[in-house]
Amino acid sequence: MAAITLKDINKRYGDGFHAVKNVSLDIADGEFVILVGPSGCGKSTLLRMIVGLEDITSGELRIGDERVNEKAPRDRNLSMVFQNYALYPHLTVYENIAFPLRLSKTPDKEVDERVRRASDLLELDEHLDRKPANLSGGQRQRVAMGRAIVREAQAFLFDEPLSNLDAKLRGQMRTEISRLQKRLGITTVYVTHDQVEAMTLGDRVVVLRRGVIQQVASPRELYENPVNLFVAGFIGSPPMNFISATVVGDSLHTPFGEWRLPPSRALDLSGHEVVLLGARPEAFEDASVVSDTAREHGVVFDATIDVIEWLGNEQYAYVPYEAPEDIRAQLAELERELDSEALRTQLVVALDASSRIPEGSPASLWLDLRRVHVFDPESGDNLTVQAMGDRTPDAAGNGGPPAAAPADPAAASADPAPETGETPMAP
Amino acid sequence: MDEQQLSRGTKAWWWVAGVVVIVYALFPVAWIISLSFKTPSDLATGEFLPTNWVGDNYDSILRGDAQDLFLSSLRNSIGISLIATFISVVLAMFAAYAIARLDFPGKRLILTTALAVAIFPVISIVTPLFNLWRNIGLYDTWLGLIIPYLSLTLPISIWTMSAFFRQIPWELEQAAQVDGATTWQAFRKVIVPLATPGVFTTAIISFFIAWNDFIYGISLTSTEAARPVPAALAFFTGASQFEEPTGAIAAAAVVVTIPVVILVLLFQRRIVSGLTQGAVKG
Repeated sequence: MAAITLKDINKRYGDGFHAVKNVSLDIADGEFVILVGPSGCGKSTLLRMIVGLEDITSGELRIGDERVNEKAPRDRNLSMVFQNYALYPHLTVYENIAFPLRLSKTPDKEVDERVRRASDLLELDEHLDRKPANLSGGQRQRVAMGRAIVREAQAFLFDEPLSNLDAKLRGQMRTEISRLQKRLGITTVYVTHDQVEAMTLGDRVVVLRRGVIQQVASPRELYENPVNLFVAGFIGSPPMNFISATVVGDSLHTPFGEWRLPPSRALDLSGHEVVLLGARPEAFEDASVVSDTAREHGVVFDATIDVIEWLGNEQYAYVPYEAPEDIRAQLAELERELDSEALRTQLVVALDASSRIPEGSPASLWLDLRRVHVFDPESGDNLTVQAMGDRTPDAAGNGGPPAAAPADPAAASADPAPETGETPMAP
Repeated sequence: MDEQQLSRGTKAWWWVAGVVVIVYALFPVAWIISLSFKTPSDLATGEFLPTNWVGDNYDSILRGDAQDLFLSSLRNSIGISLIATFISVVLAMFAAYAIARLDFPGKRLILTTALAVAIFPVISIVTPLFNLWRNIGLYDTWLGLIIPYLSLTLPISIWTMSAFFRQIPWELEQAAQVDGATTWQAFRKVIVPLATPGVFTTAIISFFIAWNDFIYGISLTSTEAARPVPAALAFFTGASQFEEPTGAIAAAAVVVTIPVVILVLLFQRRIVSGLTQGAVKG
């Protein structure tokens, strides 16, 4: 077990592609860190550089107290679970798990002991004599994990280990991985593009975009105080809504009316002509079910809902609206980067399950302005988080050890949860 | 019901087609076997089955007049083909591994050269080779045949094996390296076992090529020292000057087919496709 330290790590491929740019990250001993981002953001490359399958172009990688840049993978004593499991098809499950021990010439008795312990932990006992070809996806996944834990490695590295499983199994294995990591207490780096995995598994989450770290924070911090448009759009499902607004003095002119931010969220917008307002779907509510005390913290506006998806515990309403051309182009660009495609500008609104607003009719919606973020459309920075950070300069930024986020200094000074305790939902 | 009948009908057609192909392919073999049991007087009757089943032809090539010619050539053929196959498989294995795994300049050049050599007509190099071999003393030696055989077997071996190596997931080797293996250990413990079916398939193909060669065999040898079976068959003589050695040749052809059949039966179990199944999700 050991801490992993990345300092100004860069990866430039032979064809000049700069896949990872100046990544600095401290992973504490025993910590569970998630690397997340859309495809092509360099997260897998970063992981492969840590394990040694990819050369580091520049920068320093330390495991424990040792510089390991020049070491071969086998000398780094890390274990890795591959996306496609990479089991040895000619060996039985037992020998697959024992493989690292056989290579290190461990005595047979100890091999047996440790393989049995691992298989017991992963409930593979009755499959030990079978070949990987005869196993189900979930079982293969467990064998791959068995091979990783059988050795006393310094850290576990997971490269999208669950992406090949079906949805139900993925949920189970996610819990299993989390339990295993807590039990073994081993430093873990986990790569995924699935934000549910990122939010549920990690102590800290590193959001990457085009090889640059955007934000390093606890899942809660990422969700509540994303430092920029990218993180805000990436974390959360359905994603955060972005509404363009023109700044007129103190108020914001939006397609849904004139809004004025409450004092707790107020910030200096002089110098900005147009801003983007970000609001999570759950910041909206059917105005008719909002209590009077909560109502005054937000605004009520009329909108036409064209589609409603009722999910039982809540329902999502879709409200199309017209946005200025340049803003729409920018949002489309953001969507493209997030691996999705925006067909139209629309609000996704989470309504209380008891709300009976009919589809296709004008409705009165309420937005909690205390949960609105203001983004600079040019740079993408979250102005609200920056302003909050200025207000409480000594706020502890991240949920873990300090980590440099060169892309955005605001990441380190973001207030952890400015609105905890004041999130009254509709009764 | 309809569907079942349809599938039964389709099945029947497949059977008929299969039988036609088998008969077409095996009829000459059956004819040769039948020839090999005929008496000389029986040869020209045009009957498929011999009137008398006799073992004289086998007797003559294994114990009688043709014994020296046949047995020594059989020894030559087996030895030369095995050595050529072995060398070509080992060389091709390393070459194919490099082609499939590594990125190096000239990779395409190797493949295209191999292809060019393979399509180069043998007959056009056999005369220069004959002169060269006589000058440097390789004429009528085992080595003198092994080297040209390599030129026939290496290209096809490299091509088939690099195709096999490409199918083996790269991750397996990386996983082995992360698990603590050196490059050589990863190759030996993971890649070689997975490549075995490919290696055996290649070995059989190379062996056939070397075993069946006639042009090099007859041009580059002159005595029993190195003459392989296909060439030796041409030197069989009948009991008298006026008699064709057809029966003896047929018997010899049957005998030389036997090692090939044995080889295929032995290795058939090794050529299991889908051995890499289960390595990765797929």
